[in-house]
Amino acid sequence: MTARDLVSIAVVVGLLALIPLFVTANTVLNFLVFTLVIALAAQGWNLLGGFGGQFSFGHAAFFGTGAYATALLQARLGVNAWAGFALAIAAGAAIGWLIGYLSFRSGLRGSYFALVTLAFAEVLRILTNATGFTGGAAGLLLKLDARPENFQFASRAAFFWIALALVAAALVITRAVERSRFGAQLVAVRENEAAAKALGVDVLAVKLKAITLSAAITAAAGAFYTQYFLYIDATIAYGTWISVEALLAPIIGGLGTVFGPLLGAFTLHGLGELTKTFAGSVPGIDLVIFGALLIVAVAFAPDGLLGLLRRLGLRGRARGA
Amino acid sequence: MTLFVRPTRRAVLQGGVASAAILGAPAILRAQPAAVKIGILQPVTGALAQDGEFGRMGAEMAINEINAAGGIKSMGGAKLQMVFGDARSNPEAGTQEVERLNAEGVSAIVGGFASPICLAASQAASRYDLPYIVDVGVSDQIVQRGLKNTFRFAPGFGMVTSVALDNLVKLNDGAGKPARTVVLVHEDGLFGSGLAKLMQAELPKRGFEVLETIAHPTPARDMSNVALRIRSLNPDLVIPSSYYGEFVLLARTMQQQRIRPKGIYAVLNGAASNYRFVKEFPEAAANVMDCNHWYDPRNAKAQELKKQAEAQGKVFAYNVPLNYSCVKLVADAIERAGSGDRAKIIEALNASTFKDHIMPYGTTRFENGQNMGAAPVNLQVQGNDIKVIFPEAFADGKPVFPATA
Amino acid sequence: MYSPAIVAEAMVNGLMTGAVYALIALGLTLVYGVLHIINFAHGALLTAAMFAVWGVHVGIGLDPYLAIPVLTPLFFALGYGVQRFVIGPASHGDDSNILLVTLGLSIAIENALLASFRSDTRTLNTEYGFQVVEIGPLLLSQPRLIGFGAAVLVTILLWLVLSRTDTGRAIRAVAKEKLGASLVGIDVAHVYAVTFGLGCACLAVAACLLMPTFYVNPRVGNAFVLVAFTIVVLGGMGSIPGALLGGLFIGVVESLCGLYLGDSLGQIGIFLIFILVLLVRPTGLFGAKA
Repeated sequence: MTARDLVSIAVVVGLLALIPLFVTANTVLNFLVFTLVIALAAQGWNLLGGFGGQFSFGHAAFFGTGAYATALLQARLGVNAWAGFALAIAAGAAIGWLIGYLSFRSGLRGSYFALVTLAFAEVLRILTNATGFTGGAAGLLLKLDARPENFQFASRAAFFWIALALVAAALVITRAVERSRFGAQLVAVRENEAAAKALGVDVLAVKLKAITLSAAITAAAGAFYTQYFLYIDATIAYGTWISVEALLAPIIGGLGTVFGPLLGAFTLHGLGELTKTFAGSVPGIDLVIFGALLIVAVAFAPDGLLGLLRRLGLRGRARGA
Repeated sequence: MTLFVRPTRRAVLQGGVASAAILGAPAILRAQPAAVKIGILQPVTGALAQDGEFGRMGAEMAINEINAAGGIKSMGGAKLQMVFGDARSNPEAGTQEVERLNAEGVSAIVGGFASPICLAASQAASRYDLPYIVDVGVSDQIVQRGLKNTFRFAPGFGMVTSVALDNLVKLNDGAGKPARTVVLVHEDGLFGSGLAKLMQAELPKRGFEVLETIAHPTPARDMSNVALRIRSLNPDLVIPSSYYGEFVLLARTMQQQRIRPKGIYAVLNGAASNYRFVKEFPEAAANVMDCNHWYDPRNAKAQELKKQAEAQGKVFAYNVPLNYSCVKLVADAIERAGSGDRAKIIEALNASTFKDHIMPYGTTRFENGQNMGAAPVNLQVQGNDIKVIFPEAFADGKPVFPATA
Repeated sequence: MYSPAIVAEAMVNGLMTGAVYALIALGLTLVYGVLHIINFAHGALLTAAMFAVWGVHVGIGLDPYLAIPVLTPLFFALGYGVQRFVIGPASHGDDSNILLVTLGLSIAIENALLASFRSDTRTLNTEYGFQVVEIGPLLLSQPRLIGFGAAVLVTILLWLVLSRTDTGRAIRAVAKEKLGASLVGIDVAHVYAVTFGLGCACLAVAACLLMPTFYVNPRVGNAFVLVAFTIVVLGGMGSIPGALLGGLFIGVVESLCGLYLGDSLGQIGIFLIFILVLLVRPTGLFGAKA
């Protein structure tokens, strides 16, 4: 990876970072922070699903682990919020490795892999809902104490910049993976696993690395959610809503691209706000549109928005596969 | 984010009338005082849409009534203007709407309905010292966070459980203590599990024996095993806390399996004090008791509003009178504060002894944001109607216990 | 802990529930066996079928059992159309695309139902709805017994259709060898659509059998779909007897786990079985290749 590869990331992040200087309305900032959280979770999914071709329908398992880990560490053990955040990412990565090991070692692929990840997420949800230690059905509430050392800020702009920094880090990581040998192996496994194996790629190790990294990034999104909203329960942390968001965004934005998840998250949520304005009184209409969008995207733009842009001839810098 | 407020018809009418008045009578120097904006936050889309609609209806009724009676008199007849936010049945959307309502300059927010939404929304509102009045959300954590802006007019579940327990003992003693053994059935979400835990701790102290606690998920595919276990344990009392669908399943299965405990004593149950349940399944519903939010049946205004709602074909569920009363509570605070200033409203709420509500509560008094006069009532399905049986001060029926065969 | 009579009744309850689960899983396993896709819209389609049963009952007073001959062809046609005109064309034949298209369908259908019917729970009230049949110390729900019988019957019927009729032979041919089948003149797209239609028809029957004793709201399908997946994986993707046996097994397991662990935690039993089967023997009890 060279400096040139980072220029586009720097430009996008730089532009986004300027927003709070001009826009102070908390309505907008809140919207942006939440969208960035989704984008971050989606970036995790994209590494495994977009680059690796392993579609997970249960990324909530990693989001929720990150969210609960940091909440438990702070609420039950009094650990510092920043340390908790780091440990939550590690916890997410560990769960990712475990699920990956169990699934990939058994040779699960395609729909089977999607199903098993769904099942793992559900098991975690049921367990956290039933166990007293995780707060059971009442969930976990973190004390509101808006000081920087608690990873809580009075200003929404501060949260925005931190979320942006996390997204930027994920962008850099994705770019680095894209340009690395590991990335090439990952794509090879996605395109034709048998051929990759025949060429000497250690398929299991590659997939494990991918899922661990993917889980770590999504867990970071979960831990950040806890810091921002200060309340989680089993449905918020391990519910299917986040699994769906994490996979919809990269598909809409562009599977297997660096900016796809970010673009997809903003498109989806921006559309969501728009439909709310126009069709707000009919319950569920916006989600009907999402579902329809997913079908349309798959049918006409299987490479997502970025793929569409490329096909329409709006060539920017040459991007990876 | 929504860029435009959907103007209510009333607001447009008011605007029209106001501008006509100004144009047509230039001699009038003082214009109509600026409206005081009240934020109403309800989940009208998503899984909780039904309850959200009830909440909105109650709030609208109150605002219309106050405005028709001349608005806020201490502010020169300023009208209340509703600014509505859809919480979309999840806490993230609730938070986003709070931001928007704040940007629109509301003086207070009423609503939320579900505890996770109330927790997130009231916290977001606290950044702006924006008064937030919780309508239903029963989680005790809501008023235990030390947030100065958060108020709850209705009882939390600690309060509901303790009243439910006291009334159960009273009921049992009053009938000659026929009941001793209990089976708890609860949904495995926030309120069900919390209630069950409290019940398990408190019931033995009052002389009851908890034979078993049965948790079930929502949605539950099948309640026949729950019924089976109840049948095998043969308790005197069954205490269920479930949402509508599961309780209907359970009640009907119990009816089918000929399980007839001496009483079904529900607490905060989604079906037991629901007119639709009574209408659709009269046999299964007969004599079921519930300890829940309700309106004051002896209050004439409450009866009037009930007729109004039913005339529109809507059910007068508890969310309606509760939100109605919450909005009137806020209006009263604004009236006493003489301004739409948030800090003054909070002060006025803290000193509030509001009486003009239609809930069966004692004297209003807020402590740490919780109205200490709030209380649930005990209800019983009698003769295809739902009657209040405790406390006597508000009762319009006498308890039937043990249940007649 | 529990008397033998209680355990026995729990097991019988489990069998009866399991039979309906099996019927729901039947459609899923058939679609997988032939089209090699996991239909994530299955749960939403079940919800739609249940609303349809409720709707005709409330609208024209049609009894749920009598609705079977009415709704089954209707849902067959619906399934045919969905596969032929939505899933097939949108996915360009790519497996991962199909996964996503069915997911998109499930989101769209579920929320369209939410928009049309709102979120509250609806129930049917029929006089036989809660009647019991007494067998010794066991009190068994009459509609559920009927459901058991009907589910087994439909399974046998479906198996006969697949093994004895020409259409059935065509379906099996496409399932085994798509290219070869098309080379001998079988219209693969049509066969795919027929299979999907059969799957939806099974859902319609299952919905009619469920509604007398259950309830419906837009989220109800989700409650059944994960169980259906578990059964399909356990019984073996594409195997009809596997779906029936798997359904009965899961029904009993759920019932017993619920009895001993409580219904909430007992749900874990199903998912653990699911994960275990996937990890250890993904082809299931009777399945063909993974």
